[in-house]
Amino acid sequence: MEAMWISVAMTVIAASTPLLLAALGELVVEKSGVLNLGVEGMMLIGAVTGFAVTSATGAPLLGIVAAMLAAVAGSMIFGFLTLTLASNQVATGLALTIFGVGISSMIGEGFVGQTIPVFGPVFPERLAGDPVLRLVFGHSPLVYVSLVMTALVAWFLTRSRPGLVLRAVGENDASAHSIGYSVLGVRYAAVAFGGAMAGLAGCFYSMVQTPMWADELTAGRGWIALALVVFSAWRPWRLLLGAYLFGAVMTFELQAKAAGINLVAPEFLAALPYLATILVLAIISSRRSVGAAAPACLGRPFKPAT
Amino acid sequence: MVELEKRKEASAAMVYLTPLIAVALTMAVGALVFSVLGYDGPAAVWAMFVEPLIDPGKWQDLGLKAAPLVMIAVGLSIGFRANVWNIGAEGQYVVGGLAGTGVALATWHLDGGWWVLPLMFVAGAVAGAAWAAIPAFLRTRLNVSEILSSLMLTYVAIQLLYWLMNGPWKDPDGFNFPQSRLFQDFQTLPYISGMGYLNVPLAFLIALLVWFVMAKTSFGFQVRTVGAAPQAARYGGFSQERTVWWSLMIGGGLAGLAGIFEAAGPFGQMVPQFPTGYGFTAIIVAFLGRLHPIGIVILGGLVLAVTYVGGESAQATLGLPSAATGVFQAMLLFFLLATDILITHRLRFGRSSEGRA
Repeated sequence: MEAMWISVAMTVIAASTPLLLAALGELVVEKSGVLNLGVEGMMLIGAVTGFAVTSATGAPLLGIVAAMLAAVAGSMIFGFLTLTLASNQVATGLALTIFGVGISSMIGEGFVGQTIPVFGPVFPERLAGDPVLRLVFGHSPLVYVSLVMTALVAWFLTRSRPGLVLRAVGENDASAHSIGYSVLGVRYAAVAFGGAMAGLAGCFYSMVQTPMWADELTAGRGWIALALVVFSAWRPWRLLLGAYLFGAVMTFELQAKAAGINLVAPEFLAALPYLATILVLAIISSRRSVGAAAPACLGRPFKPAT
Repeated sequence: MVELEKRKEASAAMVYLTPLIAVALTMAVGALVFSVLGYDGPAAVWAMFVEPLIDPGKWQDLGLKAAPLVMIAVGLSIGFRANVWNIGAEGQYVVGGLAGTGVALATWHLDGGWWVLPLMFVAGAVAGAAWAAIPAFLRTRLNVSEILSSLMLTYVAIQLLYWLMNGPWKDPDGFNFPQSRLFQDFQTLPYISGMGYLNVPLAFLIALLVWFVMAKTSFGFQVRTVGAAPQAARYGGFSQERTVWWSLMIGGGLAGLAGIFEAAGPFGQMVPQFPTGYGFTAIIVAFLGRLHPIGIVILGGLVLAVTYVGGESAQATLGLPSAATGVFQAMLLFFLLATDILITHRLRFGRSSEGRA
């Protein structure tokens, strides 16, 4: 019984981590006043790059660094268009997702069915052998990274000076500009950070969860990460809670299969995370406080009057 | 050094020229990128953008691909003009196809009847609109972003399709394959030799109708005002809520209709492979057509249909992966959004006179 609960907890952690990673990045991007709908695309770019580089070099760490760099490169296409050229953020983000889906599937074509070594637990076997200790020490490094990053982002946004500047840029770009802060510079940095985090999240799917390449293996999780940012009311610790909540819902299909329960169709369970997202968004968004929590300049291009 | 300089007035010529510039840039950069990736880049671009246009044998295919894209895109463009971002057309398309299939399966044992096919169309359009009504309700009543809700519903629609194909609607004589019965003759769109199915001319008629509504009616004016000047629209007594509802319902209805047209036309049944991404590509079609119904038909629908048809033949002749089509399409949207700046700004070559950074 105990072993079963631990294995359930392990799958929930695995399902939640990439959501948390991607959503943390997007949270910072949105706090700076930019809405990047390309999360799903950047995740896929990261996923395929991580897989390809690991497959070629046999070094997962190299794969992860390359994945982050590739996703940052993708985010910079978005940044250049929306920031320098002031293009529509919704349309540009969508374009980035369509691009990511296409390019990952194209590059991944040669890897379909191939496997790479899992980027799994890092702690020595004797620590992770015991089932309870496994819950603490038995994860991929990316799990710990996601938790540390939550604390770092929370500290950065509320306690650090650059974080304050970033929030100012997102709340009132014109004022921040007139005080002398570089609105576009801050936003470029935020978008790049969002790209790096989405790249990491993508790696989690291709290198940790299923170290075997499949087309569109992120299956819309990037969009759920976007919804999580709204759910969190742009607060990192609430984001952690939300990610774990959604991670749990996502494993229902898996758990039911493992337990041999077939009261409901598997298709319904597969649709459940998306239905849950809509439901949660409806509950959260109807409260007035959430509308007020959104960065005031979210989605609005900044055109300095020169 | 190249610099952007603000124009005194927005350039009307650039509104029409930038989509063409974007296509040209996509072809040039596409050739380069695919050469770097180890393919014959120029040949790929030729196959993907030019060959389908000069080979009369492919024109019928172009119409068949363009028809659903144009139908969905003209619907979406109404919303995009009013800042209503329905990006879940793919789901509305699937649900429309499913509803029409439901009618077809319910009437499958009949001997015929002229009313069956129109009823399938109505079911498809109503179901697509109903699917889009969910984001409309959520946005107007509960303030939920339609971007996320419409997209989430796409994943739900696809699971609904899988469930129906694996269970209730599986062809009882189909050797356990997860697909529906083949529609009867009276349940399929008439095939017009040389043109494809009846949905091709219908799609263009519908685009004309939308053009009329947008250009000549007060509803069209209201939608454009809500998008371009929300403050003025409110002052003028235009309801934002009503615009959200109508643009989502029309967009969903047209996507649903496109769905049943596909099911009752080229597919002739319902299969799990039904969602082919038209709902997403239609977003590019809408932008390439400058959110204008005529532009969507002439430029948007044609160019994207060319990439689909060309992409398929490039797979066979050049060994280009099928995903290459999507990459080209995304690049097209990137370049289109990038060149938009040329409407309000001009490029200036040479050294900056004031030495600004």
